[in-house]
Amino acid sequence: MSVIVSDIRKGAYYDSAFLMKLQRSLTELQGVEDAGVVMGTEENKEILKHIELVDKQVLDANPDDLVIVVRAATGNEAEEALGQVDELLVKRSTEMDKNYRPKSLDTASKMLPGASWTLVSVAGRFAANVARESLKLGKHVFLFSDNVSVEDEISLKKEAAEKGLLVMGPDCGTAMINGIGLGFANKIRKGPIGVIAAAGTGLQQVTTRIHQLGSGITHGIGTGGRDLKEAVGAMTFLMGLDALARDPETKVIVMVSKPPAPSVAEKVIKKARLINKPVVVNFIARKPTARQDGNLWFATGMDDAAALAVELAKNPPEVKPAVDLKLERFAEGQKYFRGLFSGGTLAYEAQFLLEEYVGRVWANAPINKENKLKDSLKSEEHSIVDLGEDEFTVGRLHPMMDNEMRIRRLLEEGKDPEVAVIMLDVVIGYGSHPDPASELAPAIAKAKAEAEKAGRFLEVVVVATGTDLDPQNLDNQIDQLRKVGAWVSSSNEEVVRYAGRILMGLDKKVDSEFTFTPVNLETLKNELQALNIGLDSFAENLEDQEIQVVQVDFKPPAGGNEKMASILERMKKN
Amino acid sequence: MMTNINIEQANQKAIDEFMNARPILVGVEKAVDVIPGMHKNLYLHAGPPCSWERMSGPVKGGMIGAIIFEGRAKNAEEAESILSSGKIEFAPCNDYDASGPMAGIISPSMMVFVVEDKNSGYKTFSGMNEGRGKVLRMGAYSEEVIERMLWLNNVLAPTVDAALKAMNGLDIRTLLAKALHMGDDGHNRLDAASLLFTNLLAPHIIRTAKNSTDAADVVKFLGENALAVLNPVMAGCKTMANAAQNIEGSTIVTLMARNGTDWGIKVSGMGNQWFTAPAPVVKALYFPGFTEKDACLDIGDSVIMETVGIGGFAMATAPALVTFIGGTPRDAINTTLDMYEITYGEHKNFTIPFLDFRGTPTGIDIRKVIEKGITPRVNTGVAHKDPGIGQVGAGVVSAPMKLFEDALVAFAEKYDI
Repeated sequence: MSVIVSDIRKGAYYDSAFLMKLQRSLTELQGVEDAGVVMGTEENKEILKHIELVDKQVLDANPDDLVIVVRAATGNEAEEALGQVDELLVKRSTEMDKNYRPKSLDTASKMLPGASWTLVSVAGRFAANVARESLKLGKHVFLFSDNVSVEDEISLKKEAAEKGLLVMGPDCGTAMINGIGLGFANKIRKGPIGVIAAAGTGLQQVTTRIHQLGSGITHGIGTGGRDLKEAVGAMTFLMGLDALARDPETKVIVMVSKPPAPSVAEKVIKKARLINKPVVVNFIARKPTARQDGNLWFATGMDDAAALAVELAKNPPEVKPAVDLKLERFAEGQKYFRGLFSGGTLAYEAQFLLEEYVGRVWANAPINKENKLKDSLKSEEHSIVDLGEDEFTVGRLHPMMDNEMRIRRLLEEGKDPEVAVIMLDVVIGYGSHPDPASELAPAIAKAKAEAEKAGRFLEVVVVATGTDLDPQNLDNQIDQLRKVGAWVSSSNEEVVRYAGRILMGLDKKVDSEFTFTPVNLETLKNELQALNIGLDSFAENLEDQEIQVVQVDFKPPAGGNEKMASILERMKKN
Repeated sequence: MMTNINIEQANQKAIDEFMNARPILVGVEKAVDVIPGMHKNLYLHAGPPCSWERMSGPVKGGMIGAIIFEGRAKNAEEAESILSSGKIEFAPCNDYDASGPMAGIISPSMMVFVVEDKNSGYKTFSGMNEGRGKVLRMGAYSEEVIERMLWLNNVLAPTVDAALKAMNGLDIRTLLAKALHMGDDGHNRLDAASLLFTNLLAPHIIRTAKNSTDAADVVKFLGENALAVLNPVMAGCKTMANAAQNIEGSTIVTLMARNGTDWGIKVSGMGNQWFTAPAPVVKALYFPGFTEKDACLDIGDSVIMETVGIGGFAMATAPALVTFIGGTPRDAINTTLDMYEITYGEHKNFTIPFLDFRGTPTGIDIRKVIEKGITPRVNTGVAHKDPGIGQVGAGVVSAPMKLFEDALVAFAEKYDI
């Protein structure tokens, strides 16, 4: 049994053609059998009566009344249909009126609701607010403007991170999204390489070389030159990297940067190691420690980076799934490295390599004096102690000859519940202790046993330096150490990298440091539409690339009247 | 600490009130009988408060005409001496629930249209429209002007009143909504609305008029006057604006009015306080023989139309008006699109076919005006600057920014922002 429900709106006039459209929309709704939307004239009421679409209030309607009547299978469906009338009444096409230049981003966004980008190139002192408004509207921001303060940059990027949006800039010259150039950009072939760059011309140099070498890119994401500085902490870089990591079209990632803050560079590299794709790293002024390490390839320059990326895309290497480090053996809270060296150079190299994995490494003989241990006898966080330093050898034999002090320190470090890995070097040959492993192996066994008793797992790693012709015999030394469960290699680098991977795996802090909502990949892949505020030429360039763009007529808020602008700002906080 | 207000909610309420008001033209009555507080020495004028000394030419001329019309003086000199004597009290129409075009003079014996809000019963008023040319509202007061005023009072008013009562009132909002689809902006161009008005009244006039001469004269007068419905529409818009007054925390403008000396506005969250600035020059086209030198500064209460979302704000519905803004239909559309930048909402009853039936920009938000640096654009007539001459042209004008700046500062003070 069908149900008739009506709504009479007094004194609401609408054009009949418009009402017919509304009527049609109503009939398309679930369960609606018939609908009438007319002004309440006698003629209209006659028609409705004829098709049995009336109730008492419809019959009582006046010519000035808007009559909405619905016949539906159930009362619920009829009521639901009536409930949608208001929405349908205001539902208008958002077709863009290209000849109108809106005066605000808000209006521009209504004119082009599909736009997921805003290009901002207004004067620096207004740029942060414009960018903020754009984030509120849910758009990625290409922030070309310079002279934006670091504080503003940080707050913008934090807000963007919450919303899963990219703030590329400030002072970002270049970006290429899905084959479309924003700002200063080149026409680059589409291809399998994703580039992320804290360097405008760097992005252009690398991508054009990729193009010239016959390959192409998915996206070229600019971050602004300050993104890899300590204060900003690579917020955009990490979000962009994450997007490229998830993007199925991107097979190889290239990271380019002007000289980054070392700690931030290490943070980014740590993240990059977790990606299941080859990543080419080219941070200017940061000397690579290896050509390849896991999924990372370290380029010597931009040209090299482009060539490496093209090669890796052409002949995809097997990015080995990380060796199972059996991290579950470690207890909650175990996270630090302690290196107890007898050899100075080995200790230095260990510092240098380990920083890539864990960031700051304290040392009694640090490469960088900021990292000097306050007290050489007391380790902090990740520490490397060279026991061959003068401070330890006064009135005592060098640790290459006398193991006593290292053994004591080994057992002491092993008791620290936050320690996960202890590294030792065993240097044999003429002049050294006649059989160091015979003393060290039992100590390692004891330290490991004590840890086990305390519910922990202690990994002891050892670099053994010597040959099979040495009096102590290298293989013999290694055998003794392995027997007690030490992880041994004759390559210092291999040992440090192994330890580094364990520590990285144990470090949950990487993820808790900077959290963000992942960028919705669709917003990068959908046909690009953009709002442009500032330089007209950016809009013209997009139009040349057949991109829909709305140019906003920018005027400083309140015409630059600071008193007014500050009142408005305060009202916004209300 | 900022007073606990929700500006967004308050503003939404204000424009809802604008849109939900149901102004019905119910009759024509004598001012002193229906306007609360009206008395025999109270003369109302357009715009914000103004002393006799500061009054513009058209307002002075209108006052002179009104004194003569009331029979208190035989000529301009006598009238002026009464007006300057201090015996006469002057007040803005808007402070007495009325709205007057141009000089906007309402004197105690004048017949006024009465519009009633169907929802609240609240009543608003506006005088009888005299047509174009030499008219009191433009500051003219010659014999023919006074004679027409008397005819309006004695013949037109009772005839229309009887017809309105016979038809049980006339819905102004519906009339306007239709007229906007017929090429009117609802302010400067009311050709369609006036014809609809005459059309609706005519059968009732014929049935209820005292005699066929009156009926014929009245229908002819209304039919020939493209502004016949101006005053009822103004009172109707005043009804809508009134409904949104005094909403705590609202930054929506609920009144704009000028008098050839000053422009004044009121803001919903600021109660009855006037904010004023010198009236600007209208950018106009002039009738033959007149130039900008002859023009009075911007004048009239008819900006009540823009206040509630029509007139200059609905320019896109009235392409025929574009000559006033120097150009093409594109300019008309841009005018309307610009006004969306400073308004809080879009009207649900007044729509613009060209913009795919988008609602007109409604509810001027002083925050947006300041932020965007765009002030309301108004379509208006231009009066001669001297008393006694009348209309010299028509054009467009933008409200002075100072009004909105002063209002914003006062708002911030009131609410401790």
